[in-house]
Amino acid sequence: MNRSIYQFAAALLSGIVFGFGLSLSGMLNPVRVQGFLDVFGYWDPSLAFVLGGAVIVAFFSVQVMKRMRHPAFDDSFHIPTNRKIDSLLVIGSALFGLGWGIGGFCPGPAVASLSLGIPQTVLFVVAMLVGMTLYDRVWSRRT
Amino acid sequence: MSTYLQSLAGGMLIGASAAILLLLNGRIAGVSGIVGRLAQGIGLTTNLAFVLGLLLGPLAYLLAFGGWPTVEVTATWPLIIVAGLLVGFGSRMGSGCTSGHGVLGLARLSPRSIVAVATFLSAGVLAVTIVRDFGL
Repeated sequence: MNRSIYQFAAALLSGIVFGFGLSLSGMLNPVRVQGFLDVFGYWDPSLAFVLGGAVIVAFFSVQVMKRMRHPAFDDSFHIPTNRKIDSLLVIGSALFGLGWGIGGFCPGPAVASLSLGIPQTVLFVVAMLVGMTLYDRVWSRRT
Repeated sequence: MSTYLQSLAGGMLIGASAAILLLLNGRIAGVSGIVGRLAQGIGLTTNLAFVLGLLLGPLAYLLAFGGWPTVEVTATWPLIIVAGLLVGFGSRMGSGCTSGHGVLGLARLSPRSIVAVATFLSAGVLAVTIVRDFGL
């Protein structure tokens, strides 16, 4: 069988588990996300449990990765190698954080919740795609 | 199941999802990266498969628990547009979002991701506080 079919299946499975996990965690709900960020108001610590649980499991997978020569369905790992902490990283993350707080959505939950057919999340995802395209095709290519 | 336990279990599944993509395909499960590359037509099949799975996730939840997960949007329409533009532009500029930097970056103990997470958490707290204080 073609290796790309395995890669497709792995990515599909990863996406399903991600979307199911998000649904179970309660983080599909922008109100809960904003509740976590509302440290000066009525604070909801749930997101810390979500992130904590995710990082612990991911940490173990990174340790396993270090003992593997290559991933199961590819010749090499595709891990970011950039080590530079620059203004793009900081300004980009700050802009992302502002949007995250204003809407209560980050890319994962926004895309996953499209399945519920709520008009506001459709609008958010369209705006997000416009924002991504503006950066990738216009801003990062300016001379 | 208590709500915190449910959050922890959901989080661990998100970590498992990242483990699947990392150990099988050697890729980082960062949603802004995956969606951003998909929008540019890069790595079409696997990125499309992940997004398709992401859409199926809430459906699997519906089948398992007999109801959709709760989604309550309180932001007004103009603010939703502003938020979407900022999230899209900022996550591409900063090379990641809550999944890429937040989950895998922290798991890899990447200094870049630690800076990114500290920055977007602070900005998020600032945004929520401002929106609440101005009653937007």
